[in-house]
Amino acid sequence: MGLVPGLIKGLGVTGGTMLRTIFPDPKIPIPNPVKGAETVQYPHEKEAPPTRARGVIALHEENCTACMLCARECPDWCIYIEGHKEKAPPRRAGGKPRQVNALDRFDIDFALCMYCGICVEVCPFEALFWSPEYEFSEPRIADLLHDKSRLAEWMETVPDFEPYEAGSEAKVKKVPAT
Amino acid sequence: MTDVAILGELAYWQQTGIRVGAGLAAVLLVAGTLVYLHLFKLVSFMQSRLGPMEAGPFGSLQLLAEVGKFLQKEDIFPRKADRFVFAAAPFVVLMSTFLLVVVVPGGPDAWFIDSELGIYLAMAVSSVSVIGILMAGWGSASKYSLLGGLRATGQLIAYELPLILAVIGVVIQAETMNMQGIVRAQAEGEIFGWDGLGNPYILTQFVAFVIFMIAMQAELTQTPFDMPIAESELVTGYMTEYSGMRFLLFFIGEFATAGVFSAIASVLFLGGWWAPIPGLDFDDNVWNLLGPVVMLTKVVILTFLIFWFRFTFPRFREDQLQALAWKFLIPLSLANIVVTAVLKIVF
Repeated sequence: MGLVPGLIKGLGVTGGTMLRTIFPDPKIPIPNPVKGAETVQYPHEKEAPPTRARGVIALHEENCTACMLCARECPDWCIYIEGHKEKAPPRRAGGKPRQVNALDRFDIDFALCMYCGICVEVCPFEALFWSPEYEFSEPRIADLLHDKSRLAEWMETVPDFEPYEAGSEAKVKKVPAT
Repeated sequence: MTDVAILGELAYWQQTGIRVGAGLAAVLLVAGTLVYLHLFKLVSFMQSRLGPMEAGPFGSLQLLAEVGKFLQKEDIFPRKADRFVFAAAPFVVLMSTFLLVVVVPGGPDAWFIDSELGIYLAMAVSSVSVIGILMAGWGSASKYSLLGGLRATGQLIAYELPLILAVIGVVIQAETMNMQGIVRAQAEGEIFGWDGLGNPYILTQFVAFVIFMIAMQAELTQTPFDMPIAESELVTGYMTEYSGMRFLLFFIGEFATAGVFSAIASVLFLGGWWAPIPGLDFDDNVWNLLGPVVMLTKVVILTFLIFWFRFTFPRFREDQLQALAWKFLIPLSLANIVVTAVLKIVF
């Protein structure tokens, strides 16, 4: 393409986008950029988050065995776990009481978290889930440390599992009913 | 500006006050309009965005918020800066803008000065901004500023030549350098005996118009020619060390100069404040009121072209930029002068 046709084509791209934005419907000659622009005016209207959006991490406490895998794999060490051993009733009558780990503390510091999702990936017991909620900013940075009750509240916002696209690795997470 | 009838009865200082007020309005209001309309809105639409929407209806008060923010900021001087030169540079740049607006007429009686040397004066004072930019680059005591200032100087001097040579074609055709005379020549001209449109020189001097617009884009250091403030290599060139009020002055200077240069271009090529409205004489008093509006319309159209180019094309390399001026625009404008002069004598 020659120099001048190229320049004109470039002008056509920007000018065409401008006209499409100002007049989203070419039949109606009334400027309506609010409809034509891609922008979503966030506080006034909200976008539906995409499938498997990574907003905030939720904890299903019953599945957690305090195995510490998530805390150890976390790249910036933002997960704090404390637990103690407990006797649980035997599975069958007359059996030996089982030993289980009970969770005393499970905190995620979202001021440190970089939302990499390694903890969710690495959890062998399906205790951690991504929730698409993203509005949890706080005036005080210390309030971004979510304890296990707060993390359990996010569990209610976790959507059902969406099947992966064709050709992707078939790992399916079972979201427990709440 | 419009009540010229009483202007003669006023004392000199009162006339001066009116002129200064009108000049400030002509520069600042136009600059604000351009920033809101083009920089905030149309450019956003070109990128399928909305631009500012929160401050005032459709973000129309955004500019006030921005100016308020700049005014609050600290006026920082670098420790090794040449303090006087550093402090004075933005005012020198802005001064050339205010001197430029002086020659632009807004109606048959609505002018600041009606000099026989109108366009010559404009071309002369437009070069003053080079000194201001060089002062900013030198006074900042920063390598980025100095490089930016030197690049700007090289560019502005290179593009001043095609700018002035393009004007000469118009001057030959209008037979005057007076801005009012150029408007009158276009209003009273005719296209092959048909005088419905007058004869805007964009038709006969189209080559000069294209050269003038390209050189103007370079004089304003708008984007295809923004080597002096190339942000990826020079931060912001000669403006790097400025903050607060003084940065705001550079910013106003940039957009006000875009408006004033477009006003000069509309006088030279689009017929200035005159528009082909049947039943209105050239000297009709209505033009004193209507003229500035017509002028503003033409300025908005021409600045739209500037900003359209600005947000479409990527930056020239320094050697390409100089080659365009010296190897292409200057020979072309010289050829344009020759052709215009020959045709002027033939017809």
